[in-house]
Amino acid sequence: MKSARNHKLAFWLTFCPPTLWMLIFLLVPILIIGIFSFSAKQGLVDISASWVLDNHIRAFDPVYLSVFFKSIGIAALTTLICFLIGFPVAIGIASAPKSWKPVLLMIVVLPFWVNLLIRTYALIAVFRTRGFFNFSLEWVANLFGIPFEPLTLLYNDAAVILGLVYIHLPFMILPLYAGFEGFNKSLLEAASDLGAQQFKIITAIVLPIMAPSIISGCILVFIPALGSFLTPELLGGPSSQMIANVIERQFLAANDWPFGSALSMMLIYLTFGALALRYFWLRRRNFSSTENKP
Amino acid sequence: MNQQQRKNCQNRIFNYFHQWWFRVILCCTIVFLYAPIIVLVIFSFNDSRRNVTWHGFTFKYYEKAIHNNNLIEAFLNSLSIAFFNTVFSLILGTLTALLLWRFRFSYKSVYEGIILVPIIIPEICIGIALLVFFNLCGWPNDLPWPLNLSKITCAHILFSFPFVAVIIRARLAKFNLDQEEAALDLGANHKQIFKNVLFPHLKPALIVSSLLAFTLSLDDFVITFFMSGPETTTVPIKIYSMVRFSVTPEVNAASTILLLITIVLAAIAIWIQRGWAKEVEKS
Repeated sequence: MKSARNHKLAFWLTFCPPTLWMLIFLLVPILIIGIFSFSAKQGLVDISASWVLDNHIRAFDPVYLSVFFKSIGIAALTTLICFLIGFPVAIGIASAPKSWKPVLLMIVVLPFWVNLLIRTYALIAVFRTRGFFNFSLEWVANLFGIPFEPLTLLYNDAAVILGLVYIHLPFMILPLYAGFEGFNKSLLEAASDLGAQQFKIITAIVLPIMAPSIISGCILVFIPALGSFLTPELLGGPSSQMIANVIERQFLAANDWPFGSALSMMLIYLTFGALALRYFWLRRRNFSSTENKP
Repeated sequence: MNQQQRKNCQNRIFNYFHQWWFRVILCCTIVFLYAPIIVLVIFSFNDSRRNVTWHGFTFKYYEKAIHNNNLIEAFLNSLSIAFFNTVFSLILGTLTALLLWRFRFSYKSVYEGIILVPIIIPEICIGIALLVFFNLCGWPNDLPWPLNLSKITCAHILFSFPFVAVIIRARLAKFNLDQEEAALDLGANHKQIFKNVLFPHLKPALIVSSLLAFTLSLDDFVITFFMSGPETTTVPIKIYSMVRFSVTPEVNAASTILLLITIVLAAIAIWIQRGWAKEVEKS
């Protein structure tokens, strides 16, 4: 590690290109929508930076507030389901024989590389009213001679949650796997020697020790799920719109840029709020764990 | 307790892998993750428009997809965007990684955080922020190909290069500084060290991150959705408009082609990374 002062030319050569890119294509655009969120629309196209709070107040209108709550609810439920599936899968993979681990991990990670749109489309093909799932159910029903009506599985909130779980599951499994790999297994052995049952070992030892990686996994699922656009757009019904869909409509259909900007700034605040919670939780945990040391 | 007994005991308690509930959950998860994709691929060869029952094997829909000029145009656009994205992300990402690895400077931890922002904040926010930005700064819309793809390419570079930076930095952290000193002692200059010592060390990470940047760009939908115009559609945008219309074997065929490309790229990347992990284990 060298000091930037002593190697000025090399420092600026490596510093400037990525920083400029960030500045031009990230910070300036976000600053612009930040200013827009306090602006008023004048006529059809003109926007004046008048520092009004109207857009933010309008975002607390019951119509939009319910969308916010719904999005948070859907993202939270997605996170919970991902955890309930991901936790047993992760600790199972982590305790697999050495030759199995890379294979199982690759199986879990590979869908991450497959296009989001294609995976969502595959879900539509399977679960639509005349899709494979209903078709198989019908086949089973006919086998037993039960009359069968195809189920409507898509275009509701449950379908959105199913789609989000389907897409975000790898994000939960990987940190949990790393967390379980990383701690000293003799603790489990000690607990077992002292007579703790399997379930007790998991709740009293594994879960508390893995808490930081569980939080990481939850954040990695919650944040993208909260801002997801494509899944509710394709799998959701008219009432299962999430924040991102409302934002998109403000820009591409309703042409109300200031209000759309205010909504997206609030989505950004929510994202950073979730990250801040994690940060403070980790800091408190580290603080209290150093305090308890003799 | 001797070593063998200890091992048995450990196996009994923590070997969740050998317990039936784990196997059931794992099997269900794998079926859940893969069944829809496999069904999609199989039914792209189905000789029926209704697309539910099997009516025999055919390449008909692939031929249709290949003769669909709009789709081919979108495909060429996607590939050129992915190519330029890879080149620029590799340069910017490597510079960022070198900067964070080599230098001490004030507010470095803040800088490290800002680099990750494009990965963290919701795609929709980046999409609309760039939409507004390009509109305000009067970025020309009627440039000749491939310059008309510049908006999409710039957006893709923004979210790809942080990934490249993270991968290359992880590789740099494993670089043994003694090697550099040895080269200096033997009279190498900085250019030679970069070319003959550092670059060979970074090579696997460069390959993996360029594959990742390529697939990220090829796969992106949300941000591209806000940047693309009638002349600048990419494959995901094209598939999206087809999906909105209906579920047809032609969409399955187009999706399968895109799927095949990404799976091959991913397999190469994962394979290289495995070799890299083994090398670390050895040393």
